[in-house]
Amino acid sequence: MALKDITLGQFFPGNSPLHRMDPRTKLIGIVLYIVALFLAKSVLTYGILFALLATLIAISRVPLKSILRGMKPVVFILIFTAILNLLYTPGETVLLKWWILTVTLEGVRTAIFMVVRIMMLITATFLLTYTTSPILLTDGIENLLGPLKRIRVPVHELAMMMSIALRFIPTLIEETDKIMSAQRARGADFESGSLLRRAKALVPLLVPLFISAFRRADELAVAMECRCYHGGEGRTRLRRLTYRALDRVTIAAALFLCAGIFVLGRFGL
Amino acid sequence: MNDPIIKTESLRFSYTNAEGESPVVLNGVDLQIEKGSFVAVLGHNGSGKSTLAKHMNAILLPSGGKVYVAGTDTADEEKLMEIRRTVGMVFQNPDNQIVANVVEEDVAFAPENLGVAPEEIRRRVDEALQAVGMYEYREHAPHLLSGGQKQRIAIAGVIAMEPQCIVLDEPTAMLDPVGRADVLRTIKQLNRTKGVTVVIITHHMDEAAQADRLVVMAKGKVVADGTPKEVFQNVDDLKAVGLTVPDTTELLWQLRQCGQDVPLDALSDEECARALYDLLNP
Repeated sequence: MALKDITLGQFFPGNSPLHRMDPRTKLIGIVLYIVALFLAKSVLTYGILFALLATLIAISRVPLKSILRGMKPVVFILIFTAILNLLYTPGETVLLKWWILTVTLEGVRTAIFMVVRIMMLITATFLLTYTTSPILLTDGIENLLGPLKRIRVPVHELAMMMSIALRFIPTLIEETDKIMSAQRARGADFESGSLLRRAKALVPLLVPLFISAFRRADELAVAMECRCYHGGEGRTRLRRLTYRALDRVTIAAALFLCAGIFVLGRFGL
Repeated sequence: MNDPIIKTESLRFSYTNAEGESPVVLNGVDLQIEKGSFVAVLGHNGSGKSTLAKHMNAILLPSGGKVYVAGTDTADEEKLMEIRRTVGMVFQNPDNQIVANVVEEDVAFAPENLGVAPEEIRRRVDEALQAVGMYEYREHAPHLLSGGQKQRIAIAGVIAMEPQCIVLDEPTAMLDPVGRADVLRTIKQLNRTKGVTVVIITHHMDEAAQADRLVVMAKGKVVADGTPKEVFQNVDDLKAVGLTVPDTTELLWQLRQCGQDVPLDALSDEECARALYDLLNP
């Protein structure tokens, strides 16, 4: 089991225009891009969105390999979606009929679109986390959700929790690897047997992992207190978020894209 | 103004454990840490040295007696931030002290909490990273650094608060020899060049020997206090509380047990070699 392959929430430091962009712009952009993805209905609109994504990947200089690798954990979901859509989309042009299963031309079409949509959606979000340092990302989220503070949503606390969770992902993965090696050395078997057996084999892995995570949490809390952490009140930041010209243009372009895709959809494209 | 930076007055601490017992961890500690000094607190596991450290910036509050930081009672909740920014604390495990995914953002954490202006944060972060020799790594991810480097980042994170005193609770316990040497050198340099008061909690004799003053703790009490040379001469007393002495002192002490006339205060390798030379060439 290669735990190090988990790339979720990882950040590739770099200096591309995409890296330098305000995290809020990227967050808004991603949301608009996803909306556009769900508005797209035709090869043309999908083509436009695909070309845009490809351009952005090229600009970001994030290696394509890491993006594809990030796709690994969702392969199952992709296959599942494809099969469901393939079999359960009603349509007129029947391509294949066997027992109770029918595959229609519409089904094939929807399945392909669905899979492409999910893949593009995931790639786009990966591009966000790959080009934005987690701190900036949580800053952006905190800032965008700021107005919710008025209705007593603990925005700062949520953002802090998120950034600490992201910070500890590599630490905990490393620790999991260590515990696994230790248990293996004592004859534990994580890879063979039935699903139930394998699930059971995880217990001696999870118990020490949880205990150590709690201990870490406790120590971290004390260390944060020692560094005068007292919540979000009166806190300043090393980096101030500022919208630049590029950010304004990007948000405008993203809005325009959404509207464009919507209009094209109205015309049946 | 030559007030001690930290002062404890008959400090007592006990807590109630799961079995309902209340072991006494600190039993009357009177200690004054002078400004600008480099103090090592030496003790066995369970001697109360870590508990004492946690009293120095109000992580723990005394069960009895008082602790003053720059003249302020640590029990004064209103002054808590003031106390914590005066006395910074570095812990054993660097992984559990680093908050952020990027080195410089982690170092910025404390000044951010203090509400320092962004330009000033920038200056402090750069200065702190330079002081620990990690400036080139400012944009790295901490989990990719070595233990010693991570610990130096943790130290930078504390000095970015510009504290007058740093308390380090076994900062080298989880490090390899190279990391240990780096961290110790950094601490010493902070003390010498920036005049930061340093209190280092340790059970390594060789680390303790490098301090200006050595405080030995056992069973919640201070059992010896003086320069390392003075303290290490009482080999019997130290052994009685379960501590060893540096190899140099141990060697000379053994020779003395055999009736040789050697001084016991030769702590460094050179001094020890000198003493041996003198013994062989009377």
